[in-house]
Amino acid sequence: MTSSWTGAVRRYALRRLPSEKLIPETQPVYMASWIYVFGVLTVSALVVVLVSGGVLALMGPGWWHVSGVGRYVNSVHLWSVQLFMAVMVIHLWGKFFMAAWRGRRVLTWMTGAVAFLVSLATAFTGYLVQQNFDSQWISGQAKDALNATGIGAWFNVFDFGQMLMWHVLLLPLAIGLLSVWHILLVRVRGIVPPIGATAPGDGR
Amino acid sequence: MTAAPTTGAFAAPVDLNHPGHYLHWGVVQISVANLVVMCLMVTLFVAALLLPFPRGRRDDE
Repeated sequence: MTSSWTGAVRRYALRRLPSEKLIPETQPVYMASWIYVFGVLTVSALVVVLVSGGVLALMGPGWWHVSGVGRYVNSVHLWSVQLFMAVMVIHLWGKFFMAAWRGRRVLTWMTGAVAFLVSLATAFTGYLVQQNFDSQWISGQAKDALNATGIGAWFNVFDFGQMLMWHVLLLPLAIGLLSVWHILLVRVRGIVPPIGATAPGDGR
Repeated sequence: MTAAPTTGAFAAPVDLNHPGHYLHWGVVQISVANLVVMCLMVTLFVAALLLPFPRGRRDDE
């Protein structure tokens, strides 16, 4: 039998994340708090954002201007984003005051923080591709600050095509990958215990 | 683009087709809508910390 890189990857993945950790049956008793619900609420809102955004992408960027169903789907996309940002920020508050980077969870914290920043960029480009006076106003306000940093040569907020590509492809891909990475890290390390509590099997 | 006129039960509780209301406090300027959302989020955060969570099945029970 010869060893292969696929086998090495499988053995590494199973060692780091055995099935009982990936899909656990029980959780520590301290998880019985509403503050622990906001992470999964964020993921749920993100699914609605991605599905409604996918429908908008399928139908094209002009659809929601001329169709009642299009306006409805656009509204679902907008309000699910509002919900996503709100519950994500409450999740962030909860984890910040819990010092959730404790117990070798720094990478979990950092992937969440970067996902938050990428979400802001995604929401920003979303406002830029509304194709209305609002998006024109926001582009006009944003260009000076962005040009002052020198990024304007590569990231032109008045270029509708470029902003649309960032909004529907590059940034959602980044959020998706960061979210999967973040959730897998939560499964690997377990949820962070409240300050003063001890995680099962931690011994501290 | 103007929204279709809505009447009765379908009328939005807040009319979003007019300029928003703003609060001014020295150099601070904030829209009432943003302030309401921020207050709701802080309320939700405090409620999540204080409200009891329904108890599920426990292994030791």
